[in-house]
Amino acid sequence: MTTAPIAAGGPRTVSSETVSSDAVLRPHAEVTFADELAALAACDDRPRPERWRLSPWAVATYLLGGTLSDGAVITPKYVGPRRIVEVAVTTLATDRALLLLGVPGTAKTWLSEHLAAAVSGDSTLLVQGTAGTPEEAIRYGWDYARLLSRGPSREALVASPVMRAMAGGATARVEELTRIPADVQDTLITILSEKTLPIPELGEEVQAVRGFNLIATANDRDRGVNELSSALRRRFNTVVLPLPATAEAEVDIVTRRVEQIGASLRLPAAADGVAEIRRVVTVFRELRDGITEDGRTKVKSPSGTLSTAEAISVVTGGLALAAHFGDGVLRPGDVAAGILGAVVRDPASDRVVWQEYLETVVRERDGWKDFYRACREAGV
Amino acid sequence: MSGRGAVGAVVRGGAGSLVLDASGDPGGGAGEPLLLGVRHHGPGSARAVRAALDAYEPVAVLVEGPPEADGIVGLAGDPGMRPPVALLAHVADEPARASFWPLAHFSPEWVAIRWALGRGVPVRFMDLPAAHTLAMGPEDDPGGDAVRIDPLAVLAEAAGYEDPERWWEDVVEHRAADGPGADGPLAAFTALGEAMGVLRDIHGDGGHERDAIREAQMRLRLRDTRREHGDRVAVVCGAWHVPALRARTSVTADRQLLKGLPKVRAELSWVPWTHRRLARRSGYGAGIVSPGWYAHLFEAPDRPVERWMTKVAGLLRAADRAVSPAHVIEAVRLASTLAALRDRPRPGLAETLDAVRAVMCEGSDIPLALIEDRLVVGDVLGEVPESAPAVPLQRDLARAQRTLRLKPEAQERELPLDLRKDTDAARSRLLHRLRLLDVPWGEPLASRGATGTFRETWRLSWEPELSVRVAEAAVWGTTVLSAATARAETAAVSATALAELTVLAERCLLAGLGDALPVVMRRLADRAALDTDVGRLAQALPALARAVRYGDVRGTRGESLERVAVGLADRIFVGLPSACAGLDPDGAAEMRGHVDAVHRAVGLLAAPAGGASAPSAAAGLRARWGATLFGITRRDGLPGLIRGRAVRLLLDDGRLDGGEAERLMGLALSVAVAPADAAAWIEGFLGGDSGGGMLLVHDERLLALVDGWLGSVGEEAFTDVLPLLRRTFADYEPAARRALGELVRRGPGTPGGPAPDDTLPGFGPGTDPGRAAAVRPVVDLLLHGPATAPEEAR
Repeated sequence: MTTAPIAAGGPRTVSSETVSSDAVLRPHAEVTFADELAALAACDDRPRPERWRLSPWAVATYLLGGTLSDGAVITPKYVGPRRIVEVAVTTLATDRALLLLGVPGTAKTWLSEHLAAAVSGDSTLLVQGTAGTPEEAIRYGWDYARLLSRGPSREALVASPVMRAMAGGATARVEELTRIPADVQDTLITILSEKTLPIPELGEEVQAVRGFNLIATANDRDRGVNELSSALRRRFNTVVLPLPATAEAEVDIVTRRVEQIGASLRLPAAADGVAEIRRVVTVFRELRDGITEDGRTKVKSPSGTLSTAEAISVVTGGLALAAHFGDGVLRPGDVAAGILGAVVRDPASDRVVWQEYLETVVRERDGWKDFYRACREAGV
Repeated sequence: MSGRGAVGAVVRGGAGSLVLDASGDPGGGAGEPLLLGVRHHGPGSARAVRAALDAYEPVAVLVEGPPEADGIVGLAGDPGMRPPVALLAHVADEPARASFWPLAHFSPEWVAIRWALGRGVPVRFMDLPAAHTLAMGPEDDPGGDAVRIDPLAVLAEAAGYEDPERWWEDVVEHRAADGPGADGPLAAFTALGEAMGVLRDIHGDGGHERDAIREAQMRLRLRDTRREHGDRVAVVCGAWHVPALRARTSVTADRQLLKGLPKVRAELSWVPWTHRRLARRSGYGAGIVSPGWYAHLFEAPDRPVERWMTKVAGLLRAADRAVSPAHVIEAVRLASTLAALRDRPRPGLAETLDAVRAVMCEGSDIPLALIEDRLVVGDVLGEVPESAPAVPLQRDLARAQRTLRLKPEAQERELPLDLRKDTDAARSRLLHRLRLLDVPWGEPLASRGATGTFRETWRLSWEPELSVRVAEAAVWGTTVLSAATARAETAAVSATALAELTVLAERCLLAGLGDALPVVMRRLADRAALDTDVGRLAQALPALARAVRYGDVRGTRGESLERVAVGLADRIFVGLPSACAGLDPDGAAEMRGHVDAVHRAVGLLAAPAGGASAPSAAAGLRARWGATLFGITRRDGLPGLIRGRAVRLLLDDGRLDGGEAERLMGLALSVAVAPADAAAWIEGFLGGDSGGGMLLVHDERLLALVDGWLGSVGEEAFTDVLPLLRRTFADYEPAARRALGELVRRGPGTPGGPAPDDTLPGFGPGTDPGRAAAVRPVVDLLLHGPATAPEEAR
């Protein structure tokens, strides 16, 4: 399968094949997979919630992939536990807002886009959360020229994507919810609990039509940025997107992405890089999970995220080092400094964590002698 | 598998429902006994069994289980009996060989027993006698070609389910929970019996080799019961056996099968059981992973999912999580919709947990672990009336007391043990095990006048209440060894402090609990890995290093123990330098104690008593410790006390020559260094009971440095450092103090000026013949031994 939803930045990238055929750099999910959606709709005989394009079962099938009764093949969009997708789809069907949490590179945005595309046939009702997201982006703004010339009216009102979704009974998306200032976040409370958006200036309101729902994504290591108020949090069902379950899956994703990035950066292909990639992934997984891959030793976890995305950047950096300053072969020394930088975010506590890991796990491991030395040389 | 189609035809149909077929009659008509094939510990089966018994009103009930228990089955009706309990069979005089038949109150067997006892209907066990099963030992795992099949897994697979538990829940438990529907109370048994019949036709005994014998026995017991009580008999057994019970065989053939089975004397009793142990595989061979959930399904009169979510909310609130009734409502909605999406008739455990995670736990697995532990498994502990036969643990203890000639006497007495003797070592282990079980028969005393680790002294006194303690400890196991092992493992899992675990490890070694040790070590390693306080790690290390030593003495040398100790030491090495930073004087003094303790422990670990042992985990430990100490000496920000101590330890170990020590001391005592810090350095280097005085006496360069520094300290600063210096020098031996005084009075510098090349650093030039002659006889004695000494001494 060519799509790699879990790959780092996966949500923000679609594999190149799908792009090349079209003039648009990145077509929306409902365009890219229009055929699959149509095939699903054709043989979907299960009850659909009001204004849903597909039944919940068909949405789950669209995301997880499968073969339909008429032989049409649906490619998997999300590679991960089935449970996650089922809970997410069911949440939307029960009219609760859905919050997708996860570290970078766990396909939060990707999943939310495809959910919106499958449920409402429209993934474009999107609010991108930043530190500067204003209330207008969630509620409504004004076309000031019209406002000044004709006074307040529905025509002078600029509806936000959320408002349009409410009016049309569609799925709205909010990206990076925790980056939005807390007071702006709380604008969502009324929308989610009362399902209505008052417009005091006109003495009117927009009431959500059946079929309206909201999918938000947030980075769960970012909690400190703008933690959700408990009032808002209560209104979401939360699904945490896991990191790749097995080392093999993660190695696979890293290898694939590194190849793509390497090709675009014109890096010479490094021979025998897989062993080193495996090592980087192993180190990341062990420190992240707090336990060695053989399940025998616990280790402390550093403060950094150590996401798959970071593993990819460590390997890419190492490849560049090997290509430009080394002999073209990815060696332990090329990745050691990168790993150190990813692991040691807090100079005091993370350094101890890293050294302890080096001394208690890496030093004794068969075949890791050169890596151990490289890490010692990279500085501790 | 050729027969899958046939099986599928029976079990597949619609949304996971059983296709009912009239031909698979469970019997109960026309003079046939009623065969109720169940799944052990299935609440749906239990309800169905009760409904079926109510409808059929048998005159006798037969239950799968060892027939020796017929005599004590009446105790199940005792008001003091509270499930979960287990029928326990063990070989007389050998309690370690035991089997259990656990029963929860939602077990169909328990329901059948209580039904019969409540109506005065005779109830019998019909399985192979424990005398035979115990003699035959555990059923071997079939190796190679013979794969033992799990009948439920085969049925579930045929029905398109991956998880047999889930299939069973959908088609049996949830259906039965609907109450007696149009199908009548026997419908599920009919369909299941039919499905099993097809399976048995295909698979035979499915790799369960002993089943032929067991089923022959069951048929014979059934025949006997029918002869005695008539045909209106109900049988409750595993669904797998139903087709075999219906099979027509001759009595002679069955008898033939049972001939010549090995036999031992078995004893039966009831023991209390726990939900946690129900989750384990044993006796009935059907461990269940969610006893708490099943108990809930069995108990809930209606709306099981709503009630379950309310329970979950209560638990989460008790754990200080804000969970509102709105959450409960949303969780129920989500679980129901999820079940619909997954084509399940109603939410099962998986759906409820998914819903709880998404709605109440903010997607986190951590509070969910609490729910799984407390609700899904549960903490329920059963009770057994006092009239139940004596527990095997008591007998095992009595046997051990007999063989070790240790009489339980109320009279207090002391018992010295020489661990080099087998009997004494066994006695010591027994007493240590009993202490682990909270049966403090003996109390260890500090060995009087004895040296070495092979002596122990105990104070023994058997108080009557210790018998009660033994009875209480029975829940842990059938023998002192297995109970102590289980107890130690549990203690290891629940221990929170690192030091607790090291003490436990030591006690496991003393008690010879080789099986518990890996668990303790595992926990220990885990806790050590996550503990960030070097002080706590350092406190734990000495006990562990001692344990490595004890292990040697007792011949239970544990590689794992050593590995854990070395791992712990390595963690300390890594964390120590930063842990020393920013300490106040008290903290620094405490840390110096830790440094000393670690130094001693490293000495113990790096030089195993075994001598020429193979290169082990401890290899290079001393070098790494040295590197850590070096690092400390060079870091200016650390307290002088600790840096001084580090230099001293390195010097004593010979890793630092006198010249380098002198240089470091010079640095520490430079003018640029605050006098208080320099004084602390001196205390660390020379203070305490470490023989610093003699060092100064013998290395005059160091003395000169201290002397010179002292002279340069300003008047005000001198008052500040005086207490420190007093503390440093006050502990010296009087002789050392006097010698130092004399050297200082003689004045700075050495009598002979700068030392010539051939002398040791810090020593004067040449030899003082007078003083040398005074020590020569002793040196000779040391070098050549007493036998030759007189000749050599002139």
